Parts: sequence; structure tokens; C-alpha cells
Amino acid sequence: MTIAIKVENLSKKYIISHEKKAQDYKTLSESLMQGGQRIANKIIHPFSPSEVDSQTQEEFWALKDINFEINQGDKVGIIGRNGAGKSTLLKVLSRITDPTSGKIHINGRIASLLEVGTGFHPELTGRENIYLNGAILGMSRKEIKLKFDEIVAFAEVEKFLDTPVKRYSSGMYVRLAFAVAAHLESEILVIDEVLAVGDAEFQKKCLGKMDEVSKGGRTILFVSHNLPTVKSLCNKGVYLEQGTVGETGEILNVINLYQEVSGATYARGKIVKAFNCLSGDISISNAMVNNGEEAIVNIVSGQNKVEVSLSGEMGFPRELSLECRLYSSEDICIGLFTTRYYNTSYKTIDAGFFSLSERFNLPDLNAGVFFLDIYLMDMRTNIALAQLDFKITLICEGTKMKNGWTFKNLQHNGFIVMSDS
Amino acid sequence: MEKNQEFQFTIEAGKSERHYWADLWRYRELFYILAWRDISVRYKQTVIGVLWAVLRPLLTMMIFVVVFGKIAKLPSEGVPYPIFVFAAMLPWMFFSSAFADASNSLISNSNLISKVYFPRLIIPTASVIVSAVDFLISFAILIALMAWYNYWPGWQVLTLPGFLLISFIATIGAGLFFASLNVKYRDFRFVIPFIVQLGLYISPVGFSTTIVPEQYRIFYYLNPMVGVIDGFRWALSGGTTALNQTELIISVSVSLTMCLVGILHFRKTEKLFADVI
Repeated sequence: MTIAIKVENLSKKYIISHEKKAQDYKTLSESLMQGGQRIANKIIHPFSPSEVDSQTQEEFWALKDINFEINQGDKVGIIGRNGAGKSTLLKVLSRITDPTSGKIHINGRIASLLEVGTGFHPELTGRENIYLNGAILGMSRKEIKLKFDEIVAFAEVEKFLDTPVKRYSSGMYVRLAFAVAAHLESEILVIDEVLAVGDAEFQKKCLGKMDEVSKGGRTILFVSHNLPTVKSLCNKGVYLEQGTVGETGEILNVINLYQEVSGATYARGKIVKAFNCLSGDISISNAMVNNGEEAIVNIVSGQNKVEVSLSGEMGFPRELSLECRLYSSEDICIGLFTTRYYNTSYKTIDAGFFSLSERFNLPDLNAGVFFLDIYLMDMRTNIALAQLDFKITLICEGTKMKNGWTFKNLQHNGFIVMSDS
Repeated sequence: MEKNQEFQFTIEAGKSERHYWADLWRYRELFYILAWRDISVRYKQTVIGVLWAVLRPLLTMMIFVVVFGKIAKLPSEGVPYPIFVFAAMLPWMFFSSAFADASNSLISNSNLISKVYFPRLIIPTASVIVSAVDFLISFAILIALMAWYNYWPGWQVLTLPGFLLISFIATIGAGLFFASLNVKYRDFRFVIPFIVQLGLYISPVGFSTTIVPEQYRIFYYLNPMVGVIDGFRWALSGGTTALNQTELIISVSVSLTMCLVGILHFRKTEKLFADVI
């Protein structure tokens, strides 16, 4: 198997400057002097940090000693948290910015798509923008001419081809932009989070196109925060963590590691410690979700149940209930589950040790990331006694329906399908 | 897996130079299309459209004729004053608008620079083409003007492309230099209009070089546009107006130096454009 991209000890440094406070200057004339000196210095040595700089400068390594190889035909998902260096890596790969040290060997023509509609001019018509954008992305006029009809059909803008794009709806604009990019012919395609555009229908089309492209044997590098998409599209993964490679290899392994690590940023260790006891006499000694004291829970297909158990001590007898709130990845509360409705009999729990355990049947969820909040409630007064101070991450891989069909590829994460069970 | 696989291409720190000029050629279509974009966008959503390209030089010329020719009564070396002024305005307007456009071109295309790779030299040079089109339109006006006055040039007119070339070289040099400075120091956005405005007065557009005192002329010639403007006048007036060798040599060498400095500075700072813009 031939290597398409080989990255060797790649590093990229940025200089960030912080402006010093103005009181560092004693007098106006002094500050003018320093300012003048600075300007003179900058003109003589542009782009180099000068000594009489009123700004303090700090080095920041966006990428540090990156090493990995990508084989021809691999679809590689690059994942990592914000600021992990994903975009910098793509920029270096696309030659937009030079690396500070290290090498990248590339085999084949590389085309990158870091933004949808780069260089679109609002005053130009759709037709003109296809040629402009195509040329900017590196297509020749001949190539664009050949693909022109295909692009127009894909974007569904036939009627508005000779209208300036500033009159387009934002959806049409984005569709046209993606259509041009989707018809790029190159051996290696670098894509940065461009799928989050257009309406549901069009997103589906984009994903389909991406799939088709990837089946054509081309190498793809794909940056996205949308893990289910990455999972379905890519076979290899690179996980970046603060500018270094955290893990490379099979996409499933890489995603699992990423989920573990990123979930841990909500709370490292056991979730017991993360309970805020809102009533003075309550303490929590044990808290578990799905038999693990972890902050991340994988919901496997066909098993949309969350078991919460909580034990501790309290000073007064109470009627207790557990309450879970389900949030979408956009942090919108989309469901409330409480034992109150499950337990028919009110049962007073004595002061001292208590232990509650409840199984919540979640609705059938689309593939994606959800969050869960847990409350310990006093049923009589309806006051929260204890609350998790972070949300548990639920990663749903899609729901397996009774007839075997897996429900996972709706265009918007967060939809709930009601089932009769 | 092959261990010693040959790679077609290597990105390496500080080694972007090697492919640069080849890339410039490879991306020539982008050059055409950017130039075409700037031209076709220029008069969009204007009522009189391309007529602006005719009106602007004509009105400027009229004002100059009134101020310098009629009120100040400056000499025009035996050429009708409108032609005398217009012959100078051709290269000056080309230089000033191309220089201003080129200097601001990187900033106004910052979205391209931070998202796509191509030799950055394409942007400022493509923006110069717009002014070249305006130049052609002005040139047509000049021909009409000369027909009106029934004033025809001699064989000297054949040297005109040479003078145009000099102004082109000077424009590219100054444009590239200021474009690259402008990326990091936006101060130059204020400096550039100032230079253009001032340049009009220190170049012999509305008047003749002969009114500059003899002993200062050598300094005056350091402005490369002086030689170009006098050259244009000389070529179009059939040698009636003066053009001395010293000024021509100075103009050519200053232009070439500017061009060289501009390109070198641009190339030196280009790598950092995407990071600092």
C-alpha cells in the first residue's frame, strides 16, 4: 500500500502578543519616544519582534512534533477538542501557512476545503461564481466547464444562475458553494467541518456525495466534531490533543479514546464527588450510572435504559425520588424522567442510610451525544436535595428497532422517535 | 509498505521557495479570473457604469486646465493645454489607482489568503489589471481629444509602450511593498491615500517639469513618475516637449529598484500573511 501523506515531526509555532498596560509609560513624551522607536524598528525589521516592544510576546505551539502516516484511499477523521490544533494541521497541509519545523510528504494532488464558498463574490452571478470559486479551489476552466451542468444540478439553482448571489437565500448560497467544492477532482481531499450547512435534505445529499467520493478510492482528511458522521464516513482516525497526536489508528479506537478523554474534562474520577448536596443533612456516598461510576455512558443499540443508583445518609426522614433530565447536544432540555411517576406508593424513608435505584427508559434516540442531569428530590416539598454539578455525557450509537432497522442517521441529532414500548 | 517511497511533493519549513515560480505559472488561470472579477465587479450597481472611467479623467483634466493653464497661466511647451495635461494624466492615473488597489488588495482578499493556498503575488498583480483597463479607456479619450485639436504625434509615439512598461514596473514595486506592509500594519491604509494625493503635486501632471528650478531637478527626477510623465508627453507631442536622458535613466533605475525591493519584501513576508492578516 502506498503512503499518501507522511507527516514527520511537524511543529507550528505562533507568537501571541499581550498588550502591556498604558501605565508602563511615565510621561507622554516618553511614550511618544517609545512609540516612535518601535515604529522605526518595525519598519526596519518588519515581522520580527523588536526589543523595545511595548507588547509582551509569548510562544504558542499549535502543533508540536506531530507524526503520522496516511495510506492512499484512507478516509481519515481528525478529531480533538477546540484548540487541539486540527485547523492548524489542515492549514499547514493545505500550504496556507508554513510549518515552523518538520516535514510533510505528499503523494498526489491535494485540494482543500476549509470553508464553504471561499471567494464567492456577492455581486457576481451564480454562473460567474462557479468559475471564480472553481479557480480559487484549483480547478482549471476546462474542468469547470465539463462539470458545470453537474454542479448546477447538484446545487439546484438552475433558475437563478444569472442572478447575483447576494440575492440568493442563504441556503441556495451554501448549496452552490458546496456543489462546486464537491466536484473537485483531486487525489487527496482535505475537508474542514463544512457539512454543517444547508437544510436537512441537503445535508443528506452532501453526506451521500462525500460517501460516493470516498468510495472512489480517494484519500480524505475530514475534520469534524460530529462523531457519528466521522464514524460513518471514516475508517482511520487521528486524535489531536493540545497540539500533539493523542492516538492514531482505526477510527473506532480513536473515537473511543477521545470520548473517554473529553468526557473526563467534565469530571475526572467518580461522579460521587460531583454531587452538590443542597440540604445540610444530606451526604452522598455512592452514585452510579449503568453500573459504572463514570461520567460517560455509552448507550448501545436497542438498550436505551439508564440505571441510576444513589446512596448516602440524611438527617431527617423523607420521601425521596430521583429525577433525570435529558439534554440535547445544544443543551436544550428535551426530556424529564422521574421516579415520582413510576412509584405508585409513597414510602417514607427513615433518617440515616438510604439507597435509591431506578431504571429510566429513555425514548429511542438518534445517534449522537446527549447529556443527563441527575437530581435527588424531596417528593413532598418538591425541593432538590442534591444535584450533579456537571452533566453526564450519553453517547448514543443509534437505536436498534424491533424489526432490526437501526435508527441512527437522521440529519439532526436530538430528535426523539416515540415508540410504543 | 514501501519504505523508500518517492514523494511527489514535500512541505518543509522554510522550503516553500522551490515551487514558487512554478506554482505562479500553474495558477495563472486564477490570475486571469481574479483580474476579470475585479473588472466586472467594478461598476456593478452603478447607474452610469463604465462611463465613470470616462468622466473621472475628463473632469480632472478640465479642472487642471482651468487651475494651471488659465488661472496660473503655466507654460505648456507649445502643446494645447488639455492634451498636455491629459498625456500626463494617463500614466499618473494608472499609477495612482493601481498602486492604491494593489496596496489594499491583500486586505480586501483576506478571506482567500486565510483559507486557500496559491502564490500570493497573484492578488496584487491581478488588481493592477483593472487600472490597465481604465488606462485603455482613457487612452481612447486622448485619441478623441487629439482628433478634436487636430494635433497628431510623430514617430515618437512608438516609444509609448516603453514608458508604460516603466510605470508598470514602478507600480508593481510600490504596490507589492505597501501591500505586504499593510497586512501587518494597517497604518498604511491611511498612508497610501496620502501618498497618492501628495504624489499628484510632486509629479508634473498639471504643469511642466520646466518650471521646477534647474538646481533641484535632479532630486525631482527621483520620483520615477516624472520621467514616465515627461516620456508620455514627449512621445505624444512628437518631441515638442523636453525629455532629457538623465531623467530617463534615473526613472528607469528607480523603478527597477522599487520593483526589486517590492518583490523581495513581498516574498520575504508572504509566508506569514495567513498568520497575521
